[in-house]
Amino acid sequence: MDITVNILLTIATAATPLLIAAIGELVVERSGVLNLGVEGMMIMGAVGGFGAGYLTGSPWIGLLAAIIVGALFSLLFAVMTLSLATNQVATGLSLTLLGLGLSGMIGTSFVGQPGVRLPNLDIPGLSSIPVVGRLIFGQDPVFYISIALTAAVMWFLFRTRTGLTLRSIGDSHTSAHALGIKVIRYRYLAVIFGGACAGLAGGHLSLVYTPQWVENMSAGRGWIALALVVFASWRPWRVLAGAYIFGAVWIGQLHAQAFGIPVPSQFLSSLPYLATIVVLVLISRNKRLTMMNTPASLGQPFVPDR
Amino acid sequence: MSANHDRSNLLEVRGLTKIFGTLTACDHIDLNIAKGEIHALLGENGAGKSTLVKMLFGSLEPNSGEIFWDGKAVRITSPGVAKKLGIGMVFQHFSLFEALTAAENIALSLNDGSPISTIAAKARALSFSYGLPLDPDSLVGDLSVGERQRIEIIRCLLQTPQLIILDEPTSVLTPQEADKLFETLERLRSEGKSILYISHRLEEVKRICDSATVLRHGKVVGHCNPREETAASLARMMVGSEVKAVERAPAEGIETAPALLEIRGLTRKPATPFAIPLKNINLTVRAGEVIGIAGVAGNGQGEFFESVSGEVLQQDAGSVRIRGKDAGALSITGRRLMGAAFVPEERLGHGAAPRMKLSENLLLSRHATDGKAFVGSAGMVKNSAVYSAAQRIITAMDVRKSAPDPEAAALSGGNLQKFIVGRELDRKPSVMIVNQPTWGVDAGAAARIRQALIELARSGSAVLVISQDLDELFELSDAIAVMHNGELSAPLPIAEATFEKIGLLMGGAEPGHAEHSLEMA
Repeated sequence: MDITVNILLTIATAATPLLIAAIGELVVERSGVLNLGVEGMMIMGAVGGFGAGYLTGSPWIGLLAAIIVGALFSLLFAVMTLSLATNQVATGLSLTLLGLGLSGMIGTSFVGQPGVRLPNLDIPGLSSIPVVGRLIFGQDPVFYISIALTAAVMWFLFRTRTGLTLRSIGDSHTSAHALGIKVIRYRYLAVIFGGACAGLAGGHLSLVYTPQWVENMSAGRGWIALALVVFASWRPWRVLAGAYIFGAVWIGQLHAQAFGIPVPSQFLSSLPYLATIVVLVLISRNKRLTMMNTPASLGQPFVPDR
Repeated sequence: MSANHDRSNLLEVRGLTKIFGTLTACDHIDLNIAKGEIHALLGENGAGKSTLVKMLFGSLEPNSGEIFWDGKAVRITSPGVAKKLGIGMVFQHFSLFEALTAAENIALSLNDGSPISTIAAKARALSFSYGLPLDPDSLVGDLSVGERQRIEIIRCLLQTPQLIILDEPTSVLTPQEADKLFETLERLRSEGKSILYISHRLEEVKRICDSATVLRHGKVVGHCNPREETAASLARMMVGSEVKAVERAPAEGIETAPALLEIRGLTRKPATPFAIPLKNINLTVRAGEVIGIAGVAGNGQGEFFESVSGEVLQQDAGSVRIRGKDAGALSITGRRLMGAAFVPEERLGHGAAPRMKLSENLLLSRHATDGKAFVGSAGMVKNSAVYSAAQRIITAMDVRKSAPDPEAAALSGGNLQKFIVGRELDRKPSVMIVNQPTWGVDAGAAARIRQALIELARSGSAVLVISQDLDELFELSDAIAVMHNGELSAPLPIAEATFEKIGLLMGGAEPGHAEHSLEMA
């Protein structure tokens, strides 16, 4: 029983950073902006979070720093693509390259240092209920944030007027502009929100997952988050499903490798990607629904003529 | 300056100017709109009408000039300011969001925070009281262009504006839908609202407008009462010269002429969720005749053109036959080699590569059919031959340009269209298929293009013209078929065709579409 619980807990830990980064990117893309810099923002959040936690000794300050660093880093992208109307794909890619390089440089003195870890939630009594106690009441705080964030984004996008406005900008920025909606302002806020989420996801890596600093520790999770958003056809609950499928298959294949199953390890390592894509493609077979949820102006620079 | 501001004028514009780079789109425009009048803004494409109204609605900022609203000087810096003043706008290219419902679209422009269900109920009530039925829960992407316009109008009315600007509202409507719109406009006028009505259709301006301002090349060339003018005198003001009428000699012996283009049971599934499927289309175009295809935009004309031109191949090779041979499985080049020629709807990016020279654009479309003339041994392009052919077309079609061989994008819409049509005519194709031959083209160039198409047919070719402009089809065609919801009616000989009959077909009045025509009537 304990093994099962442990496995479930590791799945949640593996899925959480993907979920947070993907939910942030989902909001960005719903506003019509394609930020390919998730990996870069994530790794910057990881190094910033580790550094702040290491220097102050407080994992909470570390987590806050991760969010702020991610948001500030995304601001760079926002200024370039929104105010200066540069190509979003090229700018996003360079943001990732910059983030990977810059974080390595900042982090040189952190390598091998012991980090601080955010403590798991521990509610006396509740957390010791067998099985569900640790699953529901005994995980790390970022796990709860990720679930709350998904619910909040779902509510925001589909239940509030501001969310409707955001979606409308993603559908057609020229129409939105014609109605007097402040397209650029909305997009700035969306990009910064996405950056903060990516930073938080990075903070989870260096403050919860493996509380230390290793260069390149995001290990492609930013790209997986980006892919999740697309394969989930820009819908929050599907992003959640995708992140957990990925996490589950990933943990599963790790265990399978440890057991020495006679299957090439390269194949096992590719399984999480395959499984996630297959499942999400299967649930988005409804072309019409996918079309409705795809932000039509995604990736197009917007220059209002005045 | 503000001494003589007459309070009976709702809006006064003095010396409004807008400059884009080297182009003066609006040059010291003066305009007065009285309370409770329908004021027409007339002008050809590119005369500056859209630029002017964008300034009135705050989407563009004027370089100079003044605007007075109800006697007071105002600066309209954004659409929000315009809405607060009481200016509403129904856009020509709709500012709707396809992936959202009608009610959500309306809610977005109201920003008063009331729940969507309340707005939906209000919109429903208002739409029925004006006789413009609307289902607030339907997805805009699923609606016809006419229905989309209703949403725009209802959205505009819900803001209770004093001035409503309508930009070319009837260009996407059937004649019957247009009548319905005129009733609505007259009712609004009787409620004391003012309307700025932008159009280049003179008959409807004469019919519903109380006064008119005519623009040409960004300047006001006259104010008049359209009821005291004739269509011809209005056209003269708009164009600045007499427009030569198109002459169409009667076609003879068509019934026995060989069928050069045959469409048999052409069917196509929708490529995207919002696209129109084509349903069992049958049509024959014989040597010597011009067949017109009418229809409200978005009823499958684009899909039809793609299938016939070969941009999309057919499963059934026999569904498109050119000069008696199956062509359905052939590419565009294959069909061109059989003697067909195609002019797509979009000039820039589809009909021509914008940043390439005219001669290069000529080579792009005719490298296969004129391979011997244009391409020499070892695949080397004979530049001089291409260049002289381009010059021949330019002379034949009277293309006005600023350089000997300019980039396509440097030409005005009308001149580029003349070149693109001329490029195909120069080959003397035996089958010519044109989609929207004169969309956004000035009257002089349009007459030239139409005349050339008729002459091509009379010299023994089959010509198929797809157009939303009914006047154009009546000028050109020997028979008119109507496309509605992916189905094509049987062609109606021009002698039997009337605006009313074609209009009913455009609205879907055919067996199987009865409920739709009732809703319209």
